[in-house]
Amino acid sequence: MNAHQTIYLDNNATTPMDPRVLETMLPYFVEKFGNAASRSHPYGWVAEEAVDYAREQVASLINADPKEIIFTSGATEADNLALKGVFEMYATKGNHIITCTTEHKAVLDSCKHIEKIGGQVTYLEVQPDGLIDLQELENAITDKTILIAIMYGNNEIGVVQPIRDISKIARKHGVLLFTDGTQAVGKIPVDVMADGIDLMAFSAHKMYGPKGVGALYVRRKNPRVKVTAQMDGGGHERGMRSGTLNVPGIVGFGKACELCKNEMEAEAKRLSTMRDRLEKGLLVLEEAYVNGNREHRLPHTANVSFKYVEGEGLMMGFNKNIALSSGSACTSASLEPSYVLKALGLGDDLAHSSLRFGLGRFTTEEEIDFTIQSVKDTVTKLREMSPLWEMFKEGIDLDKIEWSHH
Amino acid sequence: MAYSEKVIDHYQHPKNVGTLDKSKTNVGTGLVGAPECGDVMRLQIEVDEVSGIIQDAKFKTFGCGSAIASSSLATEWLKGKTVDQALTIDNMDIVEELNLPPVKIHCSVLAEDAIKAAINDYRSKNGMPVLETEEKHH
Repeated sequence: MNAHQTIYLDNNATTPMDPRVLETMLPYFVEKFGNAASRSHPYGWVAEEAVDYAREQVASLINADPKEIIFTSGATEADNLALKGVFEMYATKGNHIITCTTEHKAVLDSCKHIEKIGGQVTYLEVQPDGLIDLQELENAITDKTILIAIMYGNNEIGVVQPIRDISKIARKHGVLLFTDGTQAVGKIPVDVMADGIDLMAFSAHKMYGPKGVGALYVRRKNPRVKVTAQMDGGGHERGMRSGTLNVPGIVGFGKACELCKNEMEAEAKRLSTMRDRLEKGLLVLEEAYVNGNREHRLPHTANVSFKYVEGEGLMMGFNKNIALSSGSACTSASLEPSYVLKALGLGDDLAHSSLRFGLGRFTTEEEIDFTIQSVKDTVTKLREMSPLWEMFKEGIDLDKIEWSHH
Repeated sequence: MAYSEKVIDHYQHPKNVGTLDKSKTNVGTGLVGAPECGDVMRLQIEVDEVSGIIQDAKFKTFGCGSAIASSSLATEWLKGKTVDQALTIDNMDIVEELNLPPVKIHCSVLAEDAIKAAINDYRSKNGMPVLETEEKHH
């Protein structure tokens, strides 16, 4: 199968690298291969200079100081470093962390780990539209609370949390705010100063940069935030993350951030127009629903449930032509529907019937139109062979049937 | 995960999709699975009252490609068999025929359950005792 003939609508999983990013990286593999920590010769100086420049590009995208950028292997590592690092560093102040149920697994599983080593974690439920309740958040704060960890934009439904309001609450109570900005940074304006963010994880490969590189933003002033290193060694990255820097990756990350900064506004407009076109086209179908808040969300993400058809079966109708992912994690052998959709209060049946569309920089209108047609055709075909659709059409209440659970 | 050619063929060209008149005494209907598990199969058989041969079989399935293929294959196998012969269809025969991977074996189990449920429905409609079905591990 030739992957290039397949329309790519899974940009929330990863984005293709922008050729301009690759071009910037190439000299740093063979010719300028130095270790950025080698202070005694030109190879090291060249590498260090490249990293410094990239650090400025990355910082500039989120309105941070370059010294506040800690390079990591990606957002998962940054999530781990933020949560575990804060938990260790602020142990004398408290042991309570507040997060929510729709966070990425890297956050949720780090929290689970923290619970095992004596931490207390509150998992806020989200409202049916995916947003957290600010009053509930504030009520959850105790004198032991050290950190609030709420993501910026959700990877499955694209819902953008009210980070500025959250940071006001955090400030008021002297609690740090960490946000997983992986899906938001580079897609919508994220400003760590205006937003009042203390720590933020993000990744290059979600914004047309290379895989294997990400960053943790750690605020240096008002307040000065510190995290305990989770990787010991040479004391790189101000002692917070040891390990030889991935120079070509970091150079690419820098370039990717620069491109996003310059092109974000136009790109977001283009993507949200296409996203709206996609949703409008799909909602022509009966019993099709958009999941998550439709106002506060990322421009490139749409999550749609098609009642009475199953997501994996649905994707099979076009997965040679269109790459996207099912809201349901059926594909991963676990057969469990998406925990994010379930957290919105969707029944398992609807959570099993969802598709996530992740548009990107290289998505075209023709691709969107092709996708609308393919999805519509497949949904219609599968409904014709769906016993649930037949019962629905006959007016039978599916909730009243005693199903044989297996 | 790549699907086998046979699963893809059944998915693209499903055999015997449809609905039989469940009010007829010679029609047996089996509805198994649950929407929240991501699979529901409805399998129906129409039995010739004189010969006891299954003359028609129809299905409708909500589920993944393997579930659709399993039920489509089951209807093909049912047609022309007597009700007693139909009881011998084993889920592992379906697994083998469709090259189902381990994570999809439950689809074949569901198809076997649907066959048995349809036969039992037919039997009870016609005054025959309902057969105890062996509990498969789901």
